[in-house]
Amino acid sequence: MSRAKLYIPRDAGALGLGSADVEEALIVELKQRGIDADFIHVGSRGLYWLEPMIEVATAEGRIAYGPVRVGDVKHLLDAGMLDGKPHRLRLGRPEELPFLKRQSRLTFARCGIIDRLSLDDYRAHGGWSGLEQALSLGPAATVERVTKSGLRGRGGAGFPTGIKWNTTRLAPGERKYVVCNADEGDSGTYADRMIMEGDPYTLIEGMAIAGVAVGATKGFIYIRSEYPHSIHVLTRAIARARKANILGVNILGSRRDFDLEIREGAGAYVCGEETAMLDSLEGKRGQVRAKPPLPAHSGLFAKPTVINNVISLASVPWILANGAEAYAAFGLGRSRGTMPIQLAGNVKYRGLFETGFGLTLAEIVDDIGGGTASGRPVRAVQVGGPLGAYFPRRLFTTPFDIEAFTAQGGLVGHGGVVVFDDTVDMAQMARFAMEFCAIESCGKCTPCRIGSVRGAETIDKIVRGERREANAALLAELCDTMKFGSLCALGGFVPYPVMSALTHFPEDFGLVAKAA
Amino acid sequence: MTEFEEWSVARGAAIIADAAKQDGACIPILHALQRGFGYVPQEAVPMVAEALNLTRAEVHGVVTFYHDFRREPPGRHVVKLCRAEACQSMGGVALHKHAQEKLRVGWGETTTDGRVTLEPVYCLGLCACAPSAMVDGKVYGGLDEAKLGKLIDQMRAA
Repeated sequence: MSRAKLYIPRDAGALGLGSADVEEALIVELKQRGIDADFIHVGSRGLYWLEPMIEVATAEGRIAYGPVRVGDVKHLLDAGMLDGKPHRLRLGRPEELPFLKRQSRLTFARCGIIDRLSLDDYRAHGGWSGLEQALSLGPAATVERVTKSGLRGRGGAGFPTGIKWNTTRLAPGERKYVVCNADEGDSGTYADRMIMEGDPYTLIEGMAIAGVAVGATKGFIYIRSEYPHSIHVLTRAIARARKANILGVNILGSRRDFDLEIREGAGAYVCGEETAMLDSLEGKRGQVRAKPPLPAHSGLFAKPTVINNVISLASVPWILANGAEAYAAFGLGRSRGTMPIQLAGNVKYRGLFETGFGLTLAEIVDDIGGGTASGRPVRAVQVGGPLGAYFPRRLFTTPFDIEAFTAQGGLVGHGGVVVFDDTVDMAQMARFAMEFCAIESCGKCTPCRIGSVRGAETIDKIVRGERREANAALLAELCDTMKFGSLCALGGFVPYPVMSALTHFPEDFGLVAKAA
Repeated sequence: MTEFEEWSVARGAAIIADAAKQDGACIPILHALQRGFGYVPQEAVPMVAEALNLTRAEVHGVVTFYHDFRREPPGRHVVKLCRAEACQSMGGVALHKHAQEKLRVGWGETTTDGRVTLEPVYCLGLCACAPSAMVDGKVYGGLDEAKLGKLIDQMRAA
């Protein structure tokens, strides 16, 4: 018999659901049956309700089975899993699954498919062609292509990437840096983690392109310590890329140098803010810097620095390889291209859905997400992480677009969508937002440092029934001060979840009678 | 379970010297110390300051700013439970209460037998497999009282 070929997802999400144990059981069982097999370590395709989703190479292509538990392994092999035979866990060809079929996977085209650390596999799936383009185009034309694509920062701020790059490119300086913000601290988001653990070379390629574009020879990837698997995979990917001369001196024979270094965060949410991240990289407390100067002029170690989110950088190779117009053809209004929407929390079909901007929240939550995992009615959805607004059902007509969300007092942020059923206590969620801000505040500005503590206390008073109306007005005023008086988005955006909870769910604060 | 070394000035100095050569070395050094000893010993603070030409106050400021750095040795096992919103939407709050009652500790505390330290974490990126936890560096998703209870029992036995 020819060798069997199995694809095992090994990102933290699949591992958390037991994929390593399933692989172990498969190894033991196949050995007993005298069957030789290759185990290919891949990332997750992002269909987490089906993880661990194991795929086998068959005559009809790859066939998926999931969710596979250790106890299913014997039965699956008996049923003929290695030939793609029927079983209750058989999902068929993964690309035919409706959740995947409806997506436009550009940035995540390879994630979950290729051997995540194989340079050959990466190249065979179109890898490095973006970098080769950039090297032949040169800095100015590379920046222009990114600008024309309409790509805006995927970390949350939505600033046009091309403009940021051009500012750094034109900034005078012998030494410049590219910093990748991989401090993906927002609850409900895991797109950065999936790319780093499933297709790390895409990020490496994107950073090398950024280096070429702005004239930087050194890049840092700041990865949060909560992501040890990402650190592990990227460390190995960087070593292999260096060996293949994709990183280092005279990359790909271009006479340009670019190398990467990973730095591990230390559990401070605020270090996801770009200037706090720079201080942290310099070895200091991760405190927010006042702007100006912009990091593009004076960033890391006071040198011109371009800082981008993982997904922004990982989107660039596709843009360079396929053209700005092809990327800009996706999207809505001023939000061009695709966004990896991350369905999280209490939702039936939990996973990553990459698509052009423009779907409504109802389509995302009900149609793609299939409603709650608990089967109870959806009550609220938090979009954009812990600093994003809570949306009630009557706002579900809002299209997933940066401007449309801003107009509704919310934010798209990094694309996380956390679904809550009708058991949620929105006053407690508002309190948690303030508490989280108090825990994570860097302490530099007063509205954030003290406002968050007073905010939590005021919500407690409202809930206890102490001068409810007056304290609700005080909370609104405090939120206003935090929104306009804070130095960065932590204190500045925490009013979004708090005020949206108060406005849309006043009954949870005892401000109006609860509906029967 | 993670095995840590006993603190010694010589080992501390070696770890510091090894990590001090890079730019912005303070946080990498502190990580290296914690990987070695399980925490950042107070005696190491002036040594880090000396190596980096910083004041002791500056290094103290860094150690105390970041949630990761412990100033005392942890228990034999470290359990981090995710407290963020996605895990809350799947019953995280009740699950955490259950764990705290079972272990009889609050956040940041170690059981009296020194076996288990319970720490909060704000997102492990396992939001599509909530509620989640990290136990001695290993991740777990889709937890409930039974699964977490079993993990706790295993830790108490080992």
